[in-house]
Amino acid sequence: MGKKLTGRCVVPGKCDGEVMVSAQPIGFWGGVDPETGCINDPRHELFGQSISGRVLAFPFGKGSSTGSLIMLELARVDKAPAAIINMRTEPILATGPVVIKHLYGKEIPIVTLSDDAFKMLKTGQHVRVNATEGYVIILE
Amino acid sequence: MRLTDQEQEILKGKHGEAPRIALSVLVDLGEVFGAQEMMRVSQVHIDMTIYMVDAGVEFAERLADLGGKVAVPTSLNPSAIDLERWKEYRAPAKLLDKSRRLENAYLRMGATPTWTCVPYQQGMIPRFGEQIAWGESNAIAFANSIIGARTNRYGDLMDICAAIIGKVPKFGLHLTENRKAEVLIQLKEISREMFENKAIYPLLGFLIGEMAGDRVAAIKGIPQDVKIDSLKGLCAAAASSGAVGLLHIIGVTPEAQSLEMCLQGTKPREILQIMPKMIQDAEERLSTAKEDMADLIIVGCPHFSFAEFRELAQLMEGRKVNRSVTFWAITSRAVFGWIKNCGILKDLTDSGVMVFTDVCPLQYPKETWHFNGTMTNSGKFANYCFSQTGLDVTFGSLEECVDTAVTGKLCRRESPWGKN
Repeated sequence: MGKKLTGRCVVPGKCDGEVMVSAQPIGFWGGVDPETGCINDPRHELFGQSISGRVLAFPFGKGSSTGSLIMLELARVDKAPAAIINMRTEPILATGPVVIKHLYGKEIPIVTLSDDAFKMLKTGQHVRVNATEGYVIILE
Repeated sequence: MRLTDQEQEILKGKHGEAPRIALSVLVDLGEVFGAQEMMRVSQVHIDMTIYMVDAGVEFAERLADLGGKVAVPTSLNPSAIDLERWKEYRAPAKLLDKSRRLENAYLRMGATPTWTCVPYQQGMIPRFGEQIAWGESNAIAFANSIIGARTNRYGDLMDICAAIIGKVPKFGLHLTENRKAEVLIQLKEISREMFENKAIYPLLGFLIGEMAGDRVAAIKGIPQDVKIDSLKGLCAAAASSGAVGLLHIIGVTPEAQSLEMCLQGTKPREILQIMPKMIQDAEERLSTAKEDMADLIIVGCPHFSFAEFRELAQLMEGRKVNRSVTFWAITSRAVFGWIKNCGILKDLTDSGVMVFTDVCPLQYPKETWHFNGTMTNSGKFANYCFSQTGLDVTFGSLEECVDTAVTGKLCRRESPWGKN
């Protein structure tokens, strides 16, 4: 068993996956291409990289209120992240996964961690996300 | 959450399927944010009106097909096209079709066809302290900060749910204690001359959004006589570079008649400064253009006000847009009626400016318009331009935009905080 980071459930769900860390906040509209799942903000540190299927860790969501819709579309076309880890989750970000649950019956868990726990995450780590119970385990 | 008997009935589907879905989403989000109960809102502004992806059309049509109706007055954000002058806007058939489907779904649900991102300038202006549920990040920041109405940063989808129920979970910026300033941003060495140049406000907004992040900021040093349209540009830029739902401007905004007032008896957790050099740096970072070229000029992001049109008309007087340049000024149907009535529309049209309503220029049809570079006086537009349009952008003042449009060459003037 790897290191367990305890946090708080935002949107329930579980998955295992590979972490992609962004030190910068992410706004999904104007930040992520809804067709490809790639970061398309040229000022963003992950510019050009795909977030699809990754456990996406970033401090908090920012920017346009259309972010929720982009997340819904990413889920509709199977390009969404597998799970999200934040320091703080704001309503625009949380709305996407909640509606996805009710509209498409799919799960994108969101869990928040303390700033210190969040900083233990590194891109490429394999993790087990259990948002329902509010923790993340670093498997390697 | 504690739910009323009626809310529990809605969740069981006794009031129909549309309210059941809408309230289920709202209650889930209420649980996420630790809300104890639902609260009434007096009006809703729906952000999800611009056709971008099919998921949005599916969601709106599904709720309309299920008989969903708005429970409170509900205004609409821009469409992807000018719904009246769609031919001149060269809307491709698919985009027209999807936009009409969205229009139809919202009008069937009883929304008001405002089609503007500035509902706070005409249409449905909330009063101080009014509890509302708004989408559209610039409008949220303006309503909370400049008017002192209360809304969270509601995202697409949740806004429609709130309109159908007429309620939202009670949390966040609806509550007084969450509206206090956490960070103080002081403007240093910014001269009166710098404030006279209106381009400073979107640049300040861009910096404030980056510095505030998702915290409530208090800004010290903005002149008391700042124009309402400058505050509009500042809020829009701040809400694009940060998760800014509320900012206080000391001596200007209603919850910050003094620093102490917006701190609500607490001390700021952090004190930051903005210096002239940072404004110059922000201007450089907002412009992605590597070459001095712009063949599309865009003003009206957020939608142009009547006062802004007057200023544009004065700058364009006796001049014509160069043949190599396309100049768009975007506004609401309400303001369009006013400029039409007083002759400004004819003057601008004669000089080559194209005025469109309803539309969000960030989503202009790429199949039918071909540009090489753009210039704008909007910090929000500049921030999102490359990711949304693929076009390189130069940020400049309204004067510089007009000079560029008229000459066909990218024109910059000396600005008091230093030049690119």
